[in-house]
Amino acid sequence: MKAIQVKRELLKFLFFALVITIIPLFVKGYLLNVLVFVAIHTILAVGLNLLLGYAGQISLGQAGFFGLGAYISGILTTTYGYNPWLAMAMASASVGVLAFAIGFPILKLKGHYLAMATLGLGIIVYIFLNEAFDITGGPSGLSGIPNLYIGSFVFDNDLKNYYLIWGFTLTIILLSVNLVHSRIGRALRAIHDSEVAARVMGVNSSFLKIQIFSLSALISAIAGSLYAHTMTFVSPTSFGFNFSIELLTMVIIGGLGSIYGSFLGAMLITLLPELLRTFQDYDIVVYGLLLILMTMFMPGGLVRVFESIRIFLVSAASPREKGNA
Amino acid sequence: MFLSDQLIQYILSGLSTGAIYALIGFGFAIIFNTTSIINFAQGEFVMLGGMTSVFFISTLKFPLPLAIVASIPIATAIGALFEILAIRPLKNATPLTLVIITIGGSILIRGLSMLLWGKDTHSLPTFSGDKPIHLLGATILPQHLWIFAITILLITANKLFFNHSITGKAMRACACNRTAASLVGIDVNRMILFSFIISSAMGSMAGIIIAPLTMTAYDVGIMLGLKGFCAAIIGGMSSGFATVLGGMILGVLESLGAGLISSGYKDAIAFFILLLILFIRPQGLFRKSDTERV
Repeated sequence: MKAIQVKRELLKFLFFALVITIIPLFVKGYLLNVLVFVAIHTILAVGLNLLLGYAGQISLGQAGFFGLGAYISGILTTTYGYNPWLAMAMASASVGVLAFAIGFPILKLKGHYLAMATLGLGIIVYIFLNEAFDITGGPSGLSGIPNLYIGSFVFDNDLKNYYLIWGFTLTIILLSVNLVHSRIGRALRAIHDSEVAARVMGVNSSFLKIQIFSLSALISAIAGSLYAHTMTFVSPTSFGFNFSIELLTMVIIGGLGSIYGSFLGAMLITLLPELLRTFQDYDIVVYGLLLILMTMFMPGGLVRVFESIRIFLVSAASPREKGNA
Repeated sequence: MFLSDQLIQYILSGLSTGAIYALIGFGFAIIFNTTSIINFAQGEFVMLGGMTSVFFISTLKFPLPLAIVASIPIATAIGALFEILAIRPLKNATPLTLVIITIGGSILIRGLSMLLWGKDTHSLPTFSGDKPIHLLGATILPQHLWIFAITILLITANKLFFNHSITGKAMRACACNRTAASLVGIDVNRMILFSFIISSAMGSMAGIIIAPLTMTAYDVGIMLGLKGFCAAIIGGMSSGFATVLGGMILGVLESLGAGLISSGYKDAIAFFILLLILFIRPQGLFRKSDTERV
């Protein structure tokens, strides 16, 4: 990455982090709780975007990894009395390893077949969470999961959780931005555009795809673990097929291949049900319409809209730099 | 009941659900072969068949045969509309875009059905009574026989259509090579539309004949669609006998698994089989690996 690019990315990140930090000064109560969910969904959307937007590999099973992370963390802390941080580390590591192992056969598949296989994987996890009563508590879920804590400081209200989870989210965003601008990021985009060409250029495409799949599962598991420890309750319904679709919608609407786009998508999709509260069940119809319309008419997602507005403003301000903008 | 009787029972009921999966799988294969699209909305046409029939019977008080005859064209029209509005405008779209579009379509159809008909589960009356028939120590319902008969009929009709009619042959030409097909004067767009029409019609029929046994609701399409896809994958995406076998194998394994292992894991078994086949023989169980399906 060129020095000026580093500077720009860093400024963008710092500005974003600043906005996130001062939001609780203006927002209280229920909305703050919703913003905690925006943070969790942003983590998940960034994880999926690394896979889908950068490497061009679809996964319709992200909710499964999210659920596994939440449940492993929940079970280790409630049934076995582990420290929540240790449980989180174990949950994310084991889900990452699991995805790595499954990645070998599953990422040999492409396009539609990969979509179906990951979908099947997600549904198997969902059925397991529902049916393994002895371990997971079945459909009625798992309650009494402890909050995260540092010494005697317990993350037990919305404000504390806000800073805790956004701390994780910002870290993951920073690491992801760094990753996609690195050599690996360029290799991933090469795979996205043409896998054959990427291999000719010496990219070990199959192994890189497995790594990024595993990373994206690991990120989802971290989100799951955070979810379990803030909600203190998990049940299978949060981790079904519909949630995988919701995540897909976030990534597409935000913009494939844009980390901050994932945040925009996660925010829109998380706030949408709150805005549409009067129409309750309409949200699913809205997701469907958004998915179709966005892919047809705005394939770049929300982030491209912002980008074109910026370019328009810049070129309007200084017509000479048009070419560089 | 002896174990052997139980086994026969499981196998018979597995065969009848397998027939349904085969019909749905046919729909996947027909669209895939003319367009290389896996239509994720396929299951929704199955749901539409069942739900529109329920609507005609319970709300409009139609007699059953009339309700069936009236509901198939509706599901078919929605299938055609979906192709014209969402698939056709996307020329040269990547598989990823098409996956997302068809998923969007399926959510939309499911959501609208939920708004229209609510979240309740409905049942459809059986076609000819509930008097059980005893066969080889097992018991089956007349509806099972209807399922077998209609499946055989539809598949035969399909075979005849694709092998002996001009349109059917033209559609097969599109499956072989779209460019070449258009060069010899075949209207490829029309053939794609036909493939959506045929598969949504077959899907809706499958939804109607299974509804008396398993009930129907706005969200049954996901599972039935995925199972149909499993059947098509086992059959190697052929719109022929292999997919029928694929459906039957899946139905029987699922029914045996549910009966002998655990009914809760019934759906997991189907997906486990799907993953296994995708990993080991992505070209299907019966197909020699002629071309790599990538």
